[in-house]
Amino acid sequence: MAKLSLVLLAVLVLAALATVRAQHQARKFFTAYERAQTLGHELDVEYGRLQLEASTWALHARIERIAAESLGMRAPDARHVRSIVLPAGARQ
Amino acid sequence: MSLATVAVIRLPVWRARFVLTLLVAAFLMLIARSVYLQAMRTEFLQEKGEARYARVLEVPATRGRILDRKGEALAVSTPVKSIWAMPDAVSPEPAARAALARVLGMAPADLERRIAGGEGRDFVYLKRQVPPEEAERVAALGVPGVFQHKEFRRYYPGGEIAAHLVGFTGVDDVGQEGLELAYQDSLGGKPGSRRVIKDRLGRVVEDIGSVRAGQDGRDLILAIDAKIQSIAYGALKSAVERHRARAGAVVVIDVLSGEVLALANAPSFNPNNRERLSAGQMRNRVLTDTFEPGSTMKPFTVALALENGKVRADSRVDTGNGRLTIANFTIQDTHPAASMTVTEVLQKSSNVGAARLALGLPAEAMWDLYRRVGLGEAPELGFPGAAAGRVRHYRSWRPIEQATMSYGHGISVSLMQLARAYTVFARDGELVPLTLTRASGRVHGEKVFSAETARAVRAMLEAAVQTGATGPRARAPGWRVAGKTGTAHKVIDGRYAADRYLSSFVGFAPVSAPRLVIATMIDEPTAGGYYGGLVAAPVFSQVMQGALRLLGVPLDAPPVPIELPGENDDMREST
Repeated sequence: MAKLSLVLLAVLVLAALATVRAQHQARKFFTAYERAQTLGHELDVEYGRLQLEASTWALHARIERIAAESLGMRAPDARHVRSIVLPAGARQ
Repeated sequence: MSLATVAVIRLPVWRARFVLTLLVAAFLMLIARSVYLQAMRTEFLQEKGEARYARVLEVPATRGRILDRKGEALAVSTPVKSIWAMPDAVSPEPAARAALARVLGMAPADLERRIAGGEGRDFVYLKRQVPPEEAERVAALGVPGVFQHKEFRRYYPGGEIAAHLVGFTGVDDVGQEGLELAYQDSLGGKPGSRRVIKDRLGRVVEDIGSVRAGQDGRDLILAIDAKIQSIAYGALKSAVERHRARAGAVVVIDVLSGEVLALANAPSFNPNNRERLSAGQMRNRVLTDTFEPGSTMKPFTVALALENGKVRADSRVDTGNGRLTIANFTIQDTHPAASMTVTEVLQKSSNVGAARLALGLPAEAMWDLYRRVGLGEAPELGFPGAAAGRVRHYRSWRPIEQATMSYGHGISVSLMQLARAYTVFARDGELVPLTLTRASGRVHGEKVFSAETARAVRAMLEAAVQTGATGPRARAPGWRVAGKTGTAHKVIDGRYAADRYLSSFVGFAPVSAPRLVIATMIDEPTAGGYYGGLVAAPVFSQVMQGALRLLGVPLDAPPVPIELPGENDDMREST
């Protein structure tokens, strides 16, 4: 009887320690998760900013101006346009 | 001590009992207390305990982006900082205040005024929405009593190009105009909050549960194509400047899907910097303004006459040498002739011809047609303030009114309604429902005319842009184009102003398989002519060419350059 009690006591202590450990780990994991989420959010924000920048650089009017001014390009005039009909099944 | 001296001392029994009772009483008290705390006060105590380590965090919702059909950003929110102060706690040191003013880019006196203005309160904004770098410099100063918090600011990379359609948000990131306002609910999202446990270092270690589930705003994908929009805005802006006009507008519609591919207004404004904005700059003339359309309405009169079997394309209409008098009012033509074919009525933009055709039709049928092509009621686009225009009930029409309505006087429409109405010619008689958001595939339209009538009008409208007609400058090399010019006198204080015009052009291309309808309007051109064929048609042509090229629409005409005629007599018209 006394022996059994001792064994149960040991089990109880072990279980208690395991609980504490699990709780601690859960909190650690949660902090990591939280940090990852914050990072994810920051990256989202960064993505938005980069997208904004890309849109600003890629503004149609700006590209057209650069093409015309520094590269001397212009839209082809109607004489220089050929219309090609792709054979059926060909991908565009 | 010896054994002999040991004596048995007998203590009185009551003493033991007394101690025992005390001990028992103490235990009972402890038990009672713990029962009281554990069982009866437990909730209150747990709450108090939680309050020591649990916190409710606000989870702000980020506003959704607005994108064009290809994912190009038109409006994006990014976080910025707002600098605020507790007026009573701000360091009184002049050096610190001067440094703060310098970093904020304010005059020291302005800063003082702001702080003084918040005296007695705990909170006053020093500067809202500053970029992160500036906020860091403020933080680096470490002036006591100055704090910052995170806010979102909306940026519009396209600037003025699509400003009227996209609209803008106020300083609190809530939509105020345009689609930002129309889609506020789905763009804005719902801020949430959650309860967490924080440790000694302020790190969140456990999520106890969410109080309110938040939701980030959803992205809004528009039908707009940023490139076509840019071409449209560019062409419009230069035309408005060249003709020193008050304003202008253009709209591009995909005939197959009913999507609005571009919608531009001039003058425009920069939504990123809205100081000194005038009401004129902010008006969306495509959707919220109406005007008397003038000759661009003639094709509907002609189509109705064809549909009712009154005439054929080559029937001759008596145009009475350019004059028609009804009840003291004389309708006049700029290109008088004794008679014309129906096609010529559109080519020469004959008012008398259109009036003659209208007088042969029942008023009810005309009214019914206008209603069926969507005039007189606001288009269902979900755009705030979209105008309905005005089409009076046919019972109140007098004959002269019926006659003038045939060439677009006495009714008012928005440019969007006019463009949409033209889809019936581009789509074999079907009126297409429009959408400002991206859609896909061919949309089902409502039948208004038979396919034969639509094709016949198409052929006439193609004739109306040939040399000798009013609209040759609308042509685009490589594609067959069809359309109609309009040159309406503006109505000012209920009268037609003699010298103020509204020039317009509405048309579509390619004629063999129409893909785009484009409507354009120039308000009060004062230099370089005022006829629709001279002012509005070139804008149509430029935008049409650019858009068809971008969409990769196959050519249906020999791609030879077209000699565009200068201003000539053929382009004259009076409505």
